Amino acid sequence: MTARRSAILAILSLPALALIVLPIVGLCARAEVGRLGSYVCCPEVASALTLSLLTSTIAAVIIVLIGTPLAYWLAHAEFRGKRVIDTLVDLPIVLPPAVAGVALLMTFGRVGLIGRHLAAVGITIPFTTAAVVMAQTFVAGPFYIRQARVGFESVPPQLVMASQTLGASALRTFFRVTIPLASHALLAGIVMSWARSVGEFGATLMFAGSLQGVTRTMPLAIYTSMETDPNIAIVLSVALIAISFLVIIVTKFVLGVGPRAEVPARS
Amino acid sequence: MRKRIALCILLVSGLVLVALGPAAADRTLTVFGAASLTEFLQAAKPVFEKAHPEVTVLLNLAASSRCRIQIEHGAPCEVFLSANTKNMEPLVEAGIARDPIVFAHNKVVIIAPRSNPGGLQTPADLAKPGLKLVTCSPEVPIGRYTRTAIEKMAASGDYGDRFKQRVLANVVSEEPNVKGIVAKVLLGEADGGMCYASDVTAAVRPKVKTIGIPEEANVVADYPIAVLNGGSEDALAETFVEFVLSEEGQKLLAHHGFIPLGPPKQGSAG
Repeated sequence: MTARRSAILAILSLPALALIVLPIVGLCARAEVGRLGSYVCCPEVASALTLSLLTSTIAAVIIVLIGTPLAYWLAHAEFRGKRVIDTLVDLPIVLPPAVAGVALLMTFGRVGLIGRHLAAVGITIPFTTAAVVMAQTFVAGPFYIRQARVGFESVPPQLVMASQTLGASALRTFFRVTIPLASHALLAGIVMSWARSVGEFGATLMFAGSLQGVTRTMPLAIYTSMETDPNIAIVLSVALIAISFLVIIVTKFVLGVGPRAEVPARS
Repeated sequence: MRKRIALCILLVSGLVLVALGPAAADRTLTVFGAASLTEFLQAAKPVFEKAHPEVTVLLNLAASSRCRIQIEHGAPCEVFLSANTKNMEPLVEAGIARDPIVFAHNKVVIIAPRSNPGGLQTPADLAKPGLKLVTCSPEVPIGRYTRTAIEKMAASGDYGDRFKQRVLANVVSEEPNVKGIVAKVLLGEADGGMCYASDVTAAVRPKVKTIGIPEEANVVADYPIAVLNGGSEDALAETFVEFVLSEEGQKLLAHHGFIPLGPPKQGSAG
């Protein structure tokens, strides 16, 4: 009976599984493995790969630096309007990336709300690598902040109190007790937001534009090369799949945290 | 609670029915067009639909190169209007499109934001160091025409040494299509770019400074139209092509800034 039920369930699961697996199989089938190697070194692929890894890593560092205080605050402070801030933090997750791009342009563009004052002192952000990092930070930040918040909430308050009763300063307690106890969630959040940064497309195209070696990250290079040399698009796609696999393996098996609702949305 | 859910389902399904209803009953003609044809095709759609009340025209507007890729990969489409022949020929060679015919021409102009932050006054200024120019990749027709115009200017020798290299060094972004170039200039983010004369529409004109490219350096963009084989509305597709080539279609093209074909043996009617 149970065997039969599980067999039925397995059959019912096939369509969803096929939907996920088939496109990946199709992509890999088109990728001529023997010739992939020759493409990895071509300038389009190499520069997109380097740029993507560089920008998303910088974005991840910025997200940790500015996201950790916010996550800690949301985890521990009770105040009026907390739910409003909570909702605001989640906004970039559901916001279409193109909207994020327009919003960034209207704010940090050369004639934008803040950008116009920056332009007055000679700083323009659009069309620069910094704009790529900003777009990634904006869309990927919430993935870390959410995870980190859950991590901080899971730290037993008694342990924090015990540490402070034993004479450790608040800062020392934070770095020696809270962070180690929340480390799995924090690392999962970092990996997740980093992965989301690597996949960022819409906001980057809108806000940073697309120029090889400066702003053309892997997803943008895939979009462009479909029109010029589909092989480049295939090589980059396979590379992105490999990166995504690595991310899932790291979060699932190394950190023991399953990507739940926080799985980055590819744009 | 259950009542409320039922109500929601009812409302949503009602909306879906309303959205799908008329389209499902009609015949549809799917037209893929170059981004620069956006305003023309959006104006042509209601005119054609009025003459053929049972037909709904579906428009897919993107860079010609993007349209071509989509068609090559089997996107359902009955008529394709390209901004250059380069993105039409592979489809004809592959037997996907048949009998392409040029239906209009276009010219290329330089545009800058009205505030002109880069101080663009003449085509020679395109090489000013530090200028932020936007264009498209060479696969996109406007990207190709832009490079051709710059090469012609460079070849004339009137624009100084290494003109082409100096202009291309100012490119800060390759946008997905010509409308992306216009948008970045309109927003004031880019100092300038080249687009088609037809892109400087009545809505765009007051917001940009337009700089002409000398006749001898300019390019004439040829726009071909073709019916795609294997479509479900072959006869209707032919009718649409005839409409674009008709006096009414040509007038509409001229109204939207294109150079119509003009009466035979009378030269350009631009």
